[in-house]
Amino acid sequence: MTDLPDNVVITKLDALVNWCRKNSLWPMPFATACCGIELMATGASRHDIARFGAEVFRFSPRQCDLMIVAGRVVMKMMPVLQRIWLQMHEPKWCISMGACASTGGVFDTYAVVQGIDRFIPVDVYVPGCPPRPEQLLQAIIDLQEKIQREGTASGREASRRRQPPRALVEDPRNPRLVVAGPPLFASSENDPAGGRMSDSETSAT
Amino acid sequence: MASPETLQKLKERFPEAEISEFRGQHRAVVPAGIVHDVLKFLKEDVGLALIIDITCVDYLYYPNAKDRFGVVYIVGHPETAERMIIKTFVNDPAPTLPTVTDLWEGANWLEREVWDMFGIRFEGHPDLRRILLPEDFEDHPLRKDYPLQGRGERHNIPVVTRDLG
Repeated sequence: MTDLPDNVVITKLDALVNWCRKNSLWPMPFATACCGIELMATGASRHDIARFGAEVFRFSPRQCDLMIVAGRVVMKMMPVLQRIWLQMHEPKWCISMGACASTGGVFDTYAVVQGIDRFIPVDVYVPGCPPRPEQLLQAIIDLQEKIQREGTASGREASRRRQPPRALVEDPRNPRLVVAGPPLFASSENDPAGGRMSDSETSAT
Repeated sequence: MASPETLQKLKERFPEAEISEFRGQHRAVVPAGIVHDVLKFLKEDVGLALIIDITCVDYLYYPNAKDRFGVVYIVGHPETAERMIIKTFVNDPAPTLPTVTDLWEGANWLEREVWDMFGIRFEGHPDLRRILLPEDFEDHPLRKDYPLQGRGERHNIPVVTRDLG
């Protein structure tokens, strides 16, 4: 093999595509509460989300890569959120921003969904009530690392990804008791954690 | 607060109304059968022509309460800003009141909200559907015998996985 000139770089196509994707995340803002204010602050000049290539907020799901769910989601809103998620094209990612989107937060009531990850896939969780813009930026940096690490040019990892079976059901006699629902995938039958996410499952396939 | 003339007129026309005052706010408790007549009288003859709110209180488990639901109408005077609270009581089963949408178009959504949250029917309402909760919701969640965390409605949503999208 002959020596390459200095102005030629060899890389894998996957790495190149991942580098492009991670630096042009276009967010779909799904802001329903005060986290949305912090999301706007993140986009404004002081924190400047454009430093990470994610400044192009599109309000059309067809043009977005990254859904940022900022705020509590009620049961009536959940089908809307799922519909928007399904309208987004692969490759796509989801950030659950704030305590309410991640767990329901203080709103442990009949109408508020106790964590959006029960019903749609989530890649990165951001704690805080509401999180500081720096935390959201850190989430985007972490997501960029994840994209660079596990993405492929063909997107085959997207079709292979599995949502950990977290369909939880409440015991109607005791609403505080939340138990794991029926297993969604055959692989979880032998799961001693009762269908919950185990460490081996969280690692990228 | 209501002016003395308003209270006097109400007392003369409806002697069964129990008028009381609490911190400057005047309240009249009337039987459910005449609540429409009282509101019509206040609107057309007294001038309290603005419906400010219709809401409800569930007195289940409340100490010394005789009735289950107290429905509260707040009416106001558009020019003098005086206010009056009209309260009436209804009970299970099937608590029902006459609608006031014939007096105020704006009472339409207010009564729908009371129906949605407390399950009180308004006879003659043109469109008594749920207003806030999904249409297939079955309970009336602001009733005191409804558990705060619901009966599992918030978890009965299909799960979207990576496979689907």
